[in-house]
Amino acid sequence: MTDTPAPRHIPDRLDKPLSSAIFSWEALLVVIAVLIFAVNSFASPYFLDPWSLSDLTFNFTEKGLIALAMALLIISGEVDLSVAAIVALASTMMGMAVQAGAGTPVLMAIGIAVGLGCGAFNGLLVTRLGLPSIVVTIGTMSLFRGIAFIILGDQAYKGYPESFAFFGQGYVWWVFSFELALFLVAALIYWFVLHRTSFGRRVFAIGNNPVACQFSGVRVDRIKFILFCLTGLMSGIASVLITSRLGSTRPSIAQGYELEAITMVVLGGVSILGGAGSILGVVLAAFIMGLVTFGLGLLNVPGIVMSIFIGLLLIIVIALPIVWRRLREGRFA
Amino acid sequence: MKRFLKYREMWLLAGIVVLVGLISTRFPGFADPTNLRQVFNDTSILMILALGQMVVILTRSIDLSMASNLCFTGMVVAMLNAAHPAIPIPVLIVIALAVGLVLGAINGFLVWRLNIPSIVVTLGTLTIYRGATFVVSGGAWVNADQMSPDFINFQRTAFLGLPMLSWIAIIVIALFFLVMTRTQIGRSIYAIGVNPTASVYAGIDVGRTKFIVFCISGMIGGLAGYLWISRYVIASVEVANGYELNIIAACVIGGISMAGGIGSVGGAVLGALFLGIISNALPVINISPFWQMAISGSAIILAVVLNARGERRQGRIILRKAEAA
Repeated sequence: MTDTPAPRHIPDRLDKPLSSAIFSWEALLVVIAVLIFAVNSFASPYFLDPWSLSDLTFNFTEKGLIALAMALLIISGEVDLSVAAIVALASTMMGMAVQAGAGTPVLMAIGIAVGLGCGAFNGLLVTRLGLPSIVVTIGTMSLFRGIAFIILGDQAYKGYPESFAFFGQGYVWWVFSFELALFLVAALIYWFVLHRTSFGRRVFAIGNNPVACQFSGVRVDRIKFILFCLTGLMSGIASVLITSRLGSTRPSIAQGYELEAITMVVLGGVSILGGAGSILGVVLAAFIMGLVTFGLGLLNVPGIVMSIFIGLLLIIVIALPIVWRRLREGRFA
Repeated sequence: MKRFLKYREMWLLAGIVVLVGLISTRFPGFADPTNLRQVFNDTSILMILALGQMVVILTRSIDLSMASNLCFTGMVVAMLNAAHPAIPIPVLIVIALAVGLVLGAINGFLVWRLNIPSIVVTLGTLTIYRGATFVVSGGAWVNADQMSPDFINFQRTAFLGLPMLSWIAIIVIALFFLVMTRTQIGRSIYAIGVNPTASVYAGIDVGRTKFIVFCISGMIGGLAGYLWISRYVIASVEVANGYELNIIAACVIGGISMAGGIGSVGGAVLGALFLGIISNALPVINISPFWQMAISGSAIILAVVLNARGERRQGRIILRKAEAA
């Protein structure tokens, strides 16, 4: 080590041969997506219809929006289990506003503001008090949804204005729904932020070594706080979409979304331990989950059985590269 | 260290006493021994589950699949009972333990041999096991009238003034206490949580120990499956949906650190009891049961804040590790 001369030129980034792109996680996801797509189109004659495919996207756009922000949060080494509860609370608040006679712009503002507020609350608890995020958000998960239950009980809010329905049911152009368009735009923004800005580099750096970041002058806590706010914000936006699509609010709305969003993120190649991942992977994973659930739905497979496929997909996709590597190294135990 | 742990549980115990006292001012019968026995019995299943989860969390892992395991094993046992009512209950309990063990071993194997983070593995098996319940049952329910009287009454049989369910909980608590404080594996579990690298140098097989803790939590999930089904006398795919987070909540309130290595049997039991008391008390003091979720959520946050302060005062490095993780 000591007698190697210091390199004169330090490249900005390491050499990336073509093979690394071919064997990358995203390439694996593309192959899986194409496979599932092909199987689906053979299995059901109704699959390859523009409107069917358009319906398919509703399966993942809302969770996908949450997953985008969740990906950044998990890359930074934190996690937010309260996202579905934030959706429920934001939806309940919008319902209350409707009872008070609020119009569509106010509803939208309330949904987004509640989401942002909840995210900031999580962020404060984690960064100001230095608490582990997994525990904090298990707590706020019960708290946020609990408040929705206190307000609503076994009732439901209905009577959202007609113009409000556009967010979850409207189409921007032909078969492209507003939800899909929003998801794609958001994905582009998140891709840019994570992969093309110094903020994004810091998110990766924090996930790899928060202590070193702190000593390098990165404001670790502030960035984590922003990420929690972003996750809350995206949950608020998702809440507007879901409430608009369903046209009603129950306190049990979006139950279990947190685990599905995390599944998307992990399936997308984001390391659950933090420090690695890409937005492209998460977007592909969102599409794959949508394809699987919709394709199986066309074949009349019940939702609960689909969850077996999602669970298996998650474990197999994570295990595959590990098993593959061990087989090549010939030391599979 | 030991005195400090005792200190923390004393605080929790004091909190529970104050809570019971407060409830008694609104509903005098609550602190009555008969009622407290009832509360203990109602909380038995959660206590057992919290202990199973505790050993996993102590090794810096997590088992999100416990409630799904409970659901699957409960369904298997209920269907066995409906088809062959002659199988004696002790045999059914052994079957429940075995089925749970297999499910837990699958988790453990993936964590041990493939090195996949436990949160990912159990997030996957969480949905797989519940889906498997649907496949096994074909979506049908097993109702009370399909279960044999023995199946339903076993845990309700009174023995020395307590129902069998309470005795099972007491036996499990005693077993866990012995294992965690008096055996090598118990010490290893703590050691891995405090410092996995040092544990390797101390000759502890970290992977194998993690495999064992997942087997333990699986067996506990299986046992709880039988107890749950025979208590609420209905087996369906929806049984204990989302309950995995209640189990973790009980552990958190009981002072078990998610960063591993800190926590005790007493803490897990008290954490579960705390949640049990709240859910039992709300109806009798005329608070809508819809408040329960928000109250336990606040309790969790409060518990984390207090525990974090306790850990920080001692100047332990563990908490900083938790922030980094």
